[in-house]
Amino acid sequence: MKLTKTLLASTALTVAAGMATADGHMANEMTIVSWGGAYSNSQQQAYHNPYMEKTGINIINDESSAEAVAKLRAMNEAGNVTWDVVDVVAADAIRLCDEGLAMEIDPDEHLAAAPDGTSAEDDFGDLLVSDCFIPQIVYSTTFGYRTDMVGDTPPTSVCAIFDTDAYPGKRSLEKRPINNMEWALLCDGVAKDDVYDVLETDEGQQQALDKLATIKDDVIWWSAGADTPQLLADGEVVMGSTYNGRLFSVIEEQNQPVAMLWDAQVFDLDGWIIPTGLSEERLARALDYIYFATDTQRLADQAKYISYGPARASSAPLVSTHADLGIDMAPHMPTDPNNAQNTFLYNYEFWADYRDDIDAKFQAWLAQ
Amino acid sequence: MAALTPISRTPVSFYVPVVAAAGAVAGLLVGTAQGSSLIGIIGGAILLGAIAFLLTQIIKAEAPGRWALTALFAVAGFLMGGLAAGIIGLLFGWFFGWFTFWLFEGRYRAYVAPYLTPGQVLWHYTFRVICGAILVFLITPILVVMPLSFNAEDFFTFTPEMLRFDPAGYSLKHYEDFFTNSDWQGALANSVRIAPMATLLSVSFGTLAAIGLSQPHVPFRRAIMAILISPMIVPLIISAAGMYFFYSRIGLQGTYMGVVLAHAALGIPFVIITVTATLVGFDNSLTRAAANMGAGPVTTFFRVQMPLILPGVISGGLFAFITSFDEVVVVLFVGSAGQKTLPWQMFTGLREQISPTILAVATILVIISIALLTVVEMLRRRSERLRGMSPA
Repeated sequence: MKLTKTLLASTALTVAAGMATADGHMANEMTIVSWGGAYSNSQQQAYHNPYMEKTGINIINDESSAEAVAKLRAMNEAGNVTWDVVDVVAADAIRLCDEGLAMEIDPDEHLAAAPDGTSAEDDFGDLLVSDCFIPQIVYSTTFGYRTDMVGDTPPTSVCAIFDTDAYPGKRSLEKRPINNMEWALLCDGVAKDDVYDVLETDEGQQQALDKLATIKDDVIWWSAGADTPQLLADGEVVMGSTYNGRLFSVIEEQNQPVAMLWDAQVFDLDGWIIPTGLSEERLARALDYIYFATDTQRLADQAKYISYGPARASSAPLVSTHADLGIDMAPHMPTDPNNAQNTFLYNYEFWADYRDDIDAKFQAWLAQ
Repeated sequence: MAALTPISRTPVSFYVPVVAAAGAVAGLLVGTAQGSSLIGIIGGAILLGAIAFLLTQIIKAEAPGRWALTALFAVAGFLMGGLAAGIIGLLFGWFFGWFTFWLFEGRYRAYVAPYLTPGQVLWHYTFRVICGAILVFLITPILVVMPLSFNAEDFFTFTPEMLRFDPAGYSLKHYEDFFTNSDWQGALANSVRIAPMATLLSVSFGTLAAIGLSQPHVPFRRAIMAILISPMIVPLIISAAGMYFFYSRIGLQGTYMGVVLAHAALGIPFVIITVTATLVGFDNSLTRAAANMGAGPVTTFFRVQMPLILPGVISGGLFAFITSFDEVVVVLFVGSAGQKTLPWQMFTGLREQISPTILAVATILVIISIALLTVVEMLRRRSERLRGMSPA
């Protein structure tokens, strides 16, 4: 029967095609995990492409950084670590380090010194917040606002988010207590130096939640970094918090009527870890990649593609112009003196101690 | 359809309030879009009530009245919000003209049985409105995606240019991105490699299982059937986590074969169910007749049984294919970045960068799914025709 023959033929073809593509698991590959989107693209351009050209190793991008901690735990339990280098925020790196899922790094042995001979340890300085963490960028969580929805008096202070009389409309905030609690206390009259002392106490936490409650009906809560840019572009919110690189993209690349409110921006770090449990060969390759990708010039190169500040002191003077737009990148860095007049540094110790407790309270408050 | 019931004009006290109520609903939509629902409801009710009265009691001529109303609403919509609003206004105007006279002349009564009470007539139409509303509710999210995928901007937003039908507001750049971006093309290639192989395995094993389980002498048929169907019933995340740990131990995690096997397991239930259904209509004396004429079991299967149950096999295969093609949870666990499929790429894309390329891909996938379901439906009809002819 003709139909049967057709079926058999297509079956044979499928099998042949399947066999042809079945993986010869290549020894010359490494899987690098990152966040995806414009951020992964900046790493691809600044690190991966030159590295692949130099060594001939093929780099596979896995965009799983958001669930890196959970996945690394699962991989470790299953005894099958498939990632070679993982990009995580500093807080996750600290957790992974504590659980023994990330390898400890000796900066002076594993990382390149600065061109002027400064040791890597001194070049990264205070940003080496964990023994396992190799900082890559400084980013900030800050606010953007619609320039066409704030009238003649654009906001200059972070407290504008609590001022629904002057700036009516929705605002978007991240669906977690970190940063929001600090901003709430700051705008409730607590001095900047006292914020974490107040937040340690039950009354202080309640004070922050009470302040947030004044705008609860006006808040759209976001969980992915892409949410606020979308909401701002829609005009759905008048202002919202997100990562500064996202706002840069909305303003400069997409030409939306949005402006930055740098006031009380919260600095945080993002960087690499190497998972434990790699074979010797893979570990050597991962270390080689890290050595290459975190030297002074590479870190400065990344800033051509995205507005995050390089983590090395020696990279800052090398930051040049945007690769496509040709605009000077330095004024768009969160660390630029004009932008950094009033800043916070993410308090890793405080949040390591209080995160679970405050998270629970915050979620309960959200559900009320 | 011929009229069932003679009709007569209805009193003002009936149709004016009903038109006003419909106007309130329309006013709610318009008012919400303009910023005030309450004004919309009240304004819509008063306006449409007045128009209904005017059309039927003062203008009286139906055709000119309806044309005038349609034109009036179109112009009003155009003045309020440009071309798109003009078209919406036109549709509103046409609808309310028709609705007014439909009620006024009593036409709504013509095609329902004469013995129905007013309550039953009301339910007759309410039921249809509810069904229509459900359909709209189900379809709208899919339809909204399609125009947005032609957005000239990088956001999920209907820009003012798009609403004015300005060609500058539309572009094919997201389709271009899909066809040129190596991430998307890699994902497409992976999907195209994985889905047919998984389908093939599902169809082979599923068909054999269905034939075996339809033999009355097989022990524990129901229990075996339940186990084979279970991937369809167990929450995916549980299967996925289980497969992750199992496949990791035996070295299948993160390989092409691993993903294919996992997807085959998900596809098998669909094949079993469709093939079992076609086997119900299969006449077993045909296999005995074939054996009587000297055909071996294999020959009998391919020359007698297979052609007759083929529609069931193919539609099961199509479901298995769509399952593999649309699946994101299991592949996230069982696959590694080297097996990133289209749904996986869409999933991470949605989380990390809300890019309309996802909408372009979604539109393409919707079209593929519609094509596949059309094939399934045509096969079902063919099977019914065949079965009608076979000596059941």
